Amino acid sequence: MQIKSRVHKGVLYVLLCGELDEHTASYTRITLEEIFDKPDFKKVIIDLSELDFMDSTGIGVLIGRYKKLKSKDIPIYITNPSTHAEKIFKITGLYDIMPKIV
Amino acid sequence: MKYSNFMEITFKALSVNEGFARVCVASFCVQLNPSVDEITDIKTAVSEAVTNCVVHAYPTSVKGDVILRCELEDDTVSITITDKGVGIKDVIKAREPFYTSKPSAERSGMGFTVMESFMDNVQVVSNSFGTSVTMTKKISSGLSAVVG
Repeated sequence: MQIKSRVHKGVLYVLLCGELDEHTASYTRITLEEIFDKPDFKKVIIDLSELDFMDSTGIGVLIGRYKKLKSKDIPIYITNPSTHAEKIFKITGLYDIMPKIV
Repeated sequence: MKYSNFMEITFKALSVNEGFARVCVASFCVQLNPSVDEITDIKTAVSEAVTNCVVHAYPTSVKGDVILRCELEDDTVSITITDKGVGIKDVIKAREPFYTSKPSAERSGMGFTVMESFMDNVQVVSNSFGTSVTMTKKISSGLSAVVG
């Protein structure tokens, strides 16, 4: 798992690259926490275009980050999910809390 | 004539082996000529079942074995993932969406729901000596690769 991020005009863009499962969950959680500590953004967009695999452990990681940012009134959006990721999001209802944007 | 084949691997219940298990099953199933979607469904279901072994089966630091058996019969894949861990106290409860025995650990509680959604059938047998999850899926274009 590799995580890249940049802030542009108050939006924090996060790119997840690789596989998000139990093995990479801890690293992903810690790294996202560090990135989210930055004070200069009002919205987060998580780009999944380079995420090769994800299972429900990844959903747990994303929901955890959503809860943390919700307390600061910062919304998270998902963009570029694979067909596979989209299927998991629909089953788990993740889009109800992290809407998809094009 | 029925086509049949199987493979079985045993590995330690460590998260690093999840990717290995997924790739092994996917590679083995290629002989049935599955679609990309079908192979991704199978990989995800395997990942969920192996994650359960890694996270729940062996609660102490001493991690036991995970036995993964994959059988092909005509156009159907049957995958059984077995551990010799502590077992699931209430299987019916464990299969409910969003139920997790570890809510503080940011678990989604959707593992079995994902397995059920991605496979045609999921059976769980558990007692104090371990757990066995058997999942089957029919491959739409099954056999064209091995027969053709």
